[in-house]
Amino acid sequence: MPDLLLEIGVEEIPDWMIEPALESLDSNLAPVMEKLGGGQAWTDATPRRLVYRSRYTLDKEPDEDTLVQGPSLGAGEKAAAGFARKMGVAVTELSPMDTGKGLYFSVRRQTIGLPARELLAAALPAAIAGVQFPKTMHWAAKDGIRFIRPIRWVLALLDDEIVPFEIGGVASGDWTYGHRVLGGKGPIHITIGEYYPMLRENYVVVRASDRESRIRAGLGEGVRPDPELLKTLVYLTEFPTAIRGSFDPQYLALPAEILSTVMRHHQRYFTVETPAGTLSPEFVTVTNTDGDEDGLIRKGNERVLRARFNDARFFWRVDQQKKLSARVEDLAKVTFQAKLGSYKEKAERVQQLAVQIATRVHADENVVSIAALLSKCDLTTEMVKEFTELQGIVGGLYAREQGEGEAVAMAIYDHYKPVSMEDSIPRSLEGQVVALADKIDTLRECFRVGLIPTGSKDPFALRRAAQGMVKILAEAKLPVDLFSFVGSNEELLQFLHERIAHYLREVKGFPYDEVNAVTAAKAGVLPDVLDRLTALHDVRSTPNFEPLAASFKRIENILKQAEVGDTGLVKPELLAPGPEQDLYHSFLRVRNEMTKGGSYSAKLTSIASLRPQVDLFFDKILVNDPDAAIRRNRLALLAGLLTEFSTIADFSEIVTQGGNAQN
Amino acid sequence: MDSYQETVFKLKRYWADRGCIVQEPYDLELGAGTMAPETFLRVLGEKPYKAAYVQPSRRPADGRYGENPNRLYKHQQLQVILKPAPADVIEQYLGSLEAIGIDLVKHDIKLEEDNWESPTLSAWGVGWQVMLDGLEITQFTYFQQCGGIDLEVVPAEITYGLERIVAFLQDVESVYDIEWAPGFKYSDVRLADEQQFSIYNFEMADVQRLWRLFDEHEGECKELLARFRKASDQSRFPILAAYDQVLKCSHLFNLLDARGAISVTERVAVIARVRKLATAVAAAWVRQQNPAAEKEVA
Repeated sequence: MPDLLLEIGVEEIPDWMIEPALESLDSNLAPVMEKLGGGQAWTDATPRRLVYRSRYTLDKEPDEDTLVQGPSLGAGEKAAAGFARKMGVAVTELSPMDTGKGLYFSVRRQTIGLPARELLAAALPAAIAGVQFPKTMHWAAKDGIRFIRPIRWVLALLDDEIVPFEIGGVASGDWTYGHRVLGGKGPIHITIGEYYPMLRENYVVVRASDRESRIRAGLGEGVRPDPELLKTLVYLTEFPTAIRGSFDPQYLALPAEILSTVMRHHQRYFTVETPAGTLSPEFVTVTNTDGDEDGLIRKGNERVLRARFNDARFFWRVDQQKKLSARVEDLAKVTFQAKLGSYKEKAERVQQLAVQIATRVHADENVVSIAALLSKCDLTTEMVKEFTELQGIVGGLYAREQGEGEAVAMAIYDHYKPVSMEDSIPRSLEGQVVALADKIDTLRECFRVGLIPTGSKDPFALRRAAQGMVKILAEAKLPVDLFSFVGSNEELLQFLHERIAHYLREVKGFPYDEVNAVTAAKAGVLPDVLDRLTALHDVRSTPNFEPLAASFKRIENILKQAEVGDTGLVKPELLAPGPEQDLYHSFLRVRNEMTKGGSYSAKLTSIASLRPQVDLFFDKILVNDPDAAIRRNRLALLAGLLTEFSTIADFSEIVTQGGNAQN
Repeated sequence: MDSYQETVFKLKRYWADRGCIVQEPYDLELGAGTMAPETFLRVLGEKPYKAAYVQPSRRPADGRYGENPNRLYKHQQLQVILKPAPADVIEQYLGSLEAIGIDLVKHDIKLEEDNWESPTLSAWGVGWQVMLDGLEITQFTYFQQCGGIDLEVVPAEITYGLERIVAFLQDVESVYDIEWAPGFKYSDVRLADEQQFSIYNFEMADVQRLWRLFDEHEGECKELLARFRKASDQSRFPILAAYDQVLKCSHLFNLLDARGAISVTERVAVIARVRKLATAVAAAWVRQQNPAAEKEVA
C-alpha cells in the first residue's frame, strides 16, 4: 500500500491549539485520500511538529469517463459544429445521447487521473495552509501565508520519495529536526521506517500518548491528579521528564489555595499531597529534558517557587495593612465594564439586591449585606492583582483573617460559584444569596446597555452567569421567583427562559416537551419547577395521562376556534344529565382534591383520573349546540378544566403519540 | 561568576557579532524597550534593521519602595530587534543564552505562548515567554502591527529581563543582591532610586501639574502633526520630535495612573488620546520614509 508521511515543522505551537489543528489537518486531507481510494490515516504532534501519516489504496487517481452534453439534435448543423469546435473534436466524433428530455449531441471525455505524487504535491500546500487556528500570524511579509507560528521545514515522503511542493518559502524534503537542545544539530534525513526511531534517538517522543506515559511514570507518590495540567505538559514538551522538588514547610502557613494556584497555574507544577490530603511541601515539574543529573533544574525551579511564595507572603502582609472594609472606596477606581461604571457602584447594587433576596429566603441579612459590599474589595489587593484567578477566594481568606466572621468570609469566598455546570454551588445560604445577587446584577446591567450574547460570542460570560443562577436556585431549593428580581427587560426574560429550559433539559435530562409543559405554566421558582417536572415525568407513563393530554390539546383548540372571550361560570342547571353532568361533577371532585393540598404527583394522578369522563364527553356531546346558551355553558366547562388544571403543567405542550402537540 | 555588567557586555557582543547596531538607551522615560524609536519607528516600512540596546524601563505602578526582592519601578531590558526575522532566530536566541554561560543541556527551556499587545501604541504581535527552569527570562514577539499599521516586514523582538537573568546566573534571591560590578551591588546602584521614586510616584507627584503637562505635550504633538501635513518639504520635518511628545504623554499617563488619579471613565479615553498621537506619528513617519509609496496609494 502506498505510504504517506507528512511532518510540518513549526516553531512552538500553543499547547491548547494542537489537537484541534490535527483534526483540521486530517479533515482537509480526507477528500484527497478519498480520491486515492481511501485507507487509514493517523495524526500525531509535538509542540514543534504536526504529523500526518496515511496508508491508502491507489497509486493514482482513477481515470474518469464523462459524457459532455452539447446542443439538442434539433439545433442543426451549425450548433453541432460550434460544439465540436469548442470541444476540440471533429463533428463526426459527436454522438447522440438521450437525456430523458430528448436527444442531444454529446462527446465522450476521458480525464486521466493524476499519479498520487502529483496529486499530493498539488493538494498538500492548501491542506496545510487551511489548518484552522484561533489566531494566526505572518512571518515573512504581510501578503505571505498565515499560520499559527512560522513553518520551518516540511517533511513529505511518499513511499520514501519526496512529494515536491513549497509552502511559506519552505521546500518540502526528506528531513526532520530533533529536540532543540538534545537532538543532533542540523537536519536529519530519513526514510518513513526510520521516522519514529530516529526522532526518538534525537530526543523527540512523537506520540502524545507516549509522552503522557512518560510523565505519568515519573510523577511518583502523592501527586494530585490534574488531567488538564497533564495535557498541557504533554503538548509543551518533546521529551518530558518529571522532576520532583520541595519547598520550605514554613510556606505552608500560607493558605493552600494560594500555594496551589502558584504551583499549578503559574508554574505548571503538580502539587503533592500527604496521605491526609493536605499539601505536602513538594512539587513535580515536567521538563523538556533528559533528566537533571546535577540537580540544577530542581534547584532553579525551587528558587523560582521560593520567590513566588515570598511574593505571595509579601502581598498577604501588605494587603492586611488595609482592611477589606476600608477598600470599598478604592473600588471606584476599578472598572466593572466601560459602559457600566465601577465596581463600587456594582458592589452597592449587589448589596441592595442581596438584602432583598435575603429577606425572602430568611438568610442573615446582616451577613449578606456585609459580604455583598465587601465581595469585590479583593480586586484592589496586591494578591488578586497578581493571582486574578483567586478573586473571591482571597476576599474570603482576608475577611476571615480580619475578623469579619466565618459566615461573611464564607459568603465572599464562594460568591463566584458555580464557575461551571460541574462546579458546586456556594456552601452557605448567605453565600448563595450573594452569588445570586452578583449574577443577577451582571445580567441586568449588561442587558440594559445591550451587551447581549450572540451565537458563540459571549464575552461577559452571561450564559455562565445565568446558568449559575439557575443552578443555585434549583440545588439550594430557594423558594423565590427568579423573575421577581430581574426587571422587565424583554430580551433578558427571554434569555433566562432559555437558560432555565437548557438547565432542565441538558443538566437534569428531562424531555423537552415536559420542560415546555411545566415552564409554560410557571417558570420562576426553580425548586417548584423541578417538583412539578418530576411529578409530570412520573405520571406521564401512567395509561390515563397521554390520552388526557391529547384531550387538553383538543379543548384548547376548541376554545381557540370558538373565539368566545369570557365564557363566564358554568351554570349547573343547563348541564344535561349523563356525560355532561358527570364531567362537571368529576371536575368539582378533582378541583376539591386539588385544594386539599398533597403532592404534585397525587394532583396529577387525580387530574389524569378525569380521562374517562373527558373521553365520554367528547364521544357523546356536541359542544357546538345550536342553543347559544348551552354552547356557551359547555365552553365554560371546558375552559374551567383547562385553567384549573394547567397550573402544574400546560398539558397541551406534551407531545402525544397521536401527533405533535406543537401543531 | 559574571557581574551584571559583564553579562550585559556579553549579550551586546553576541548581537553585535550578528550584525546588530548596538545602540544606547533612549534618553526619555519609557515603559518598555518597544517604545524606543529604535523599535517603534524602525519596524515600520520595508527597510531592514537590526539593533540591540539596554532600555531602562519605568513603570511607576510597579514600584515597591525597594522592599520587594523582585519588583522594581525601573527595570532594565535588553531589547533586540531583528527585521526581518531570520529563519533561525530562535537558534540565534538560544545561542545568546549559551554565550552568557547557560548550559542548555543542563537546564529546562520552554517556549510558552504569550502574545503581546499595547493598546496605547496600537501594536500587537504573537510569540512566547521563554521559561528557563520555571523562570520567565525573555519575551519573544513577532510583531504584526505597530502604530495601527500592518507591518510590511515582520520583525522579531527579543526582550531579555536582565535583572531576572542575572539573579539566576548569580544565584541570588533578591535583585538587590546582584553584583552589578565587582564590589558594587545592585542595591548600591539603584536602591535609592526605587525608594525615592516610589514615594514620588505614589504620594507626591502633583496631579494637577501632571495633567497640565500631559495637555501641553499632547498639544505640542498635535501642532507638529498639523504642520507636517502642510509642510512643503516633509523630508526634513521633525517627526522624531513629535514622537518624543507621545513618549512624554505615555509616561505622564503611567504616573497619573500610579497616583490613582485616573478615574474609570477617563481611563479608556486617555489611552485613546495617546493612541491617536502614536498612530498619527507612525503614519507620518511612514510617509516621510517613503513618499513614493504614499503617492501610489493615493
